[in-house]
Amino acid sequence: MIRAHVLCCGGTGCTSSGSPKIQETFASEIQKQGLSDEVKVVQTGCFGLCALGPVVIVYPDGTFYSHVTVEDVPEIVEEHLLKGRVVERLVYNDVADGTAQPELGEVHASLSDTNFYKSQHRLALRNCGVINPENIDEYIAMDGYRALGKALTEMTPDEVISTILDSGLRGRGGAGFPTGMKWKFASGNRGKVQKYVCCNADEGDPGAFMDRSVLEGDPHAVIEAMAIAGYAIGADQGYVYVRAEYPIAVKRLQIAIDQAREYGLLGKDIFGTGFNFDLDIRLGAGAFVCGEETALMTSIEGKRGEPRPRPPFPAVKGLFEKPTILNNVETYANIPQIILNGAEWFSSIGTEKSKGTKVFALGGKIKHTGLVEVPMGTTLRHIIEEIGGGIPNGKKFKAAQTGGPSGGCIPAHLIDTPIDYENLLAIGSMMGSGGLIVMDEDNCMVDIARFFLDFTVDESCGKCTPCRVGTRRLLEILDKIISGNGEMEDLDRLEELSNYIKSASLCGLGQTAPNPVLSTLRYFREEYIAHIVDKRCPAGVCKKLISYKIDPEKCIGCGMCAKNCPADAIHKTSYVAPGHKLPSMEIDTAKCVKCGACMDSCKKIQAISKG
Amino acid sequence: MKSLAELAEIRERMKDKIVLREGNNDIRIVVGMATCGIAAGARPVLNAFVEGVNAEGLADRVTVSQTGCIGICQYEPVVEVFQSGKDKVTYVKMTAEKAARVLKDHIKGGKVVDEYTITYAKKA
Repeated sequence: MIRAHVLCCGGTGCTSSGSPKIQETFASEIQKQGLSDEVKVVQTGCFGLCALGPVVIVYPDGTFYSHVTVEDVPEIVEEHLLKGRVVERLVYNDVADGTAQPELGEVHASLSDTNFYKSQHRLALRNCGVINPENIDEYIAMDGYRALGKALTEMTPDEVISTILDSGLRGRGGAGFPTGMKWKFASGNRGKVQKYVCCNADEGDPGAFMDRSVLEGDPHAVIEAMAIAGYAIGADQGYVYVRAEYPIAVKRLQIAIDQAREYGLLGKDIFGTGFNFDLDIRLGAGAFVCGEETALMTSIEGKRGEPRPRPPFPAVKGLFEKPTILNNVETYANIPQIILNGAEWFSSIGTEKSKGTKVFALGGKIKHTGLVEVPMGTTLRHIIEEIGGGIPNGKKFKAAQTGGPSGGCIPAHLIDTPIDYENLLAIGSMMGSGGLIVMDEDNCMVDIARFFLDFTVDESCGKCTPCRVGTRRLLEILDKIISGNGEMEDLDRLEELSNYIKSASLCGLGQTAPNPVLSTLRYFREEYIAHIVDKRCPAGVCKKLISYKIDPEKCIGCGMCAKNCPADAIHKTSYVAPGHKLPSMEIDTAKCVKCGACMDSCKKIQAISKG
Repeated sequence: MKSLAELAEIRERMKDKIVLREGNNDIRIVVGMATCGIAAGARPVLNAFVEGVNAEGLADRVTVSQTGCIGICQYEPVVEVFQSGKDKVTYVKMTAEKAARVLKDHIKGGKVVDEYTITYAKKA
């Protein structure tokens, strides 16, 4: 009789830090201890705390082990599984981080007790890290496919659509268009014309990985939702467009599709209702523009992924010129639960106009890098300080970037903004797919804007001029500013050009590409001015504007800096400071490549400064 | 699969296998499994609880787990029952047979088996 489950995270993060080997070792150690009949090892999807991987959870206690190595496994098996003693040194404990004040002697052994999990509300991620994504029976045990059964046997297609409409669910891919509305537009002429249901899993924002985690951790939820969507609009074929860079997601999704077909949950006459629906995967080659809906469909059709003008909208003329609905992975992951629990239940979560939850990929200067799911309307402060554990190394929060290359920066004084679609737009950013990059005082905002522009210039498909040429020109102006050649007029040029690109570009890529520039200009204009007027980068990032200097009075002449300099730019002088035995060192700024290695090597004496 | 009944059948069959991971059960039975506990025979006690809970269909509200040394080695095997809103009950010198009775009288019946508890053992 099984009395304990060992859950090993098999998400991309933990897999790359060696979780498959750890899972194997658990299996063999458990066998060695003769516990094979009592303890089961299960591979799951992402738990969300990717920075702590490889991650292992032992149930029924819910003990959460982090940074597990193969060498730790025999100890966990012998101590915990055989003798019942938690291996405390491996337990993730936010107490140790100083972020919580527990009672004396209490160890936060269970994951659900940690600050990271306590205030999360997991709907889209509810099965991630709980079930084995490669086992359809485990999904069924968590009420899987019950929503499809309910929709097919108890609801008319129009009732399904009105439930989704009433729930207030909006697209989680970025723009936030009401999902039910999309379905309604495509619902005419059921059974008379060929229609398609598509899933956008072409997650391209740098730093966002929630769609990947859902596909890896709970692929059946997406399959079930797409079948429900097919029933609602009268489509019998679906396509999941997923990037080939997500091999684990692709593999698990394919396994899930095969299992669903075998059970008759995809295919002909599902649940004996006469409803047919099947699903296929289409692999994307990783072009950012293919996340745009019309470009995505063009790509599925086998053509070069380029957007086309709307209207006609996909609901009228989409894939292969047939009515099509296209939703994002996270949007779909919410659907089965809305059908099961009702529109009212879903709309009770969140804010007035943004219902439900949103998954964010926390990254950048934050203690707990990973995936978090919170109700709409949660403040940025709560996500960063409570769930994310704050900024490491005692640095100060400067800004958060949401929405990736299409979004903008939220400055420190707006940290108490409740996050929903409307509020983010109002402060010049956007929800985007949910990437949330935290920045501290060491980040240069001009450099950040340049980073995203560089990305969009690369990823612009080239079909329309405002985007192709306009983003390139924006990047050139930014390059001019960070190299110290900027003029004040450049700021006006940036703004003017940005507005042209926004209003004249064909698709969402170009229409949002200037957002990183506009929002940094809005909130951090003084940093641009420092680069232009003072020829100075306040954060000390832009290489052309910083120089390293050795204080001859402090330098003890040890020569460590010269030894570490890759450019051979540091030499001895003839000056010996009072009280010192050796002559001080000096940097030849003409040779210096500004790598900072000298400063790192002088941490003890601190004779080298950057400015 | 051609019917909702078949789906429900799989769900029921699988639920018991997954319920272990929910961990929010009302009753927790904790068996002391340190060296002293194991030497005194805690393993058959643990197995008796695990099997009993599943056989009686209690898995959705009872969690069986293990812990280390509680510090009263002379009374091992020690089993503690935690239930929200109630005082902790500590059973001592447990056996598989006693485990079956605790399951029947206490966990299902709601009546603590006094003669197995530590208070009783200390008095005796």
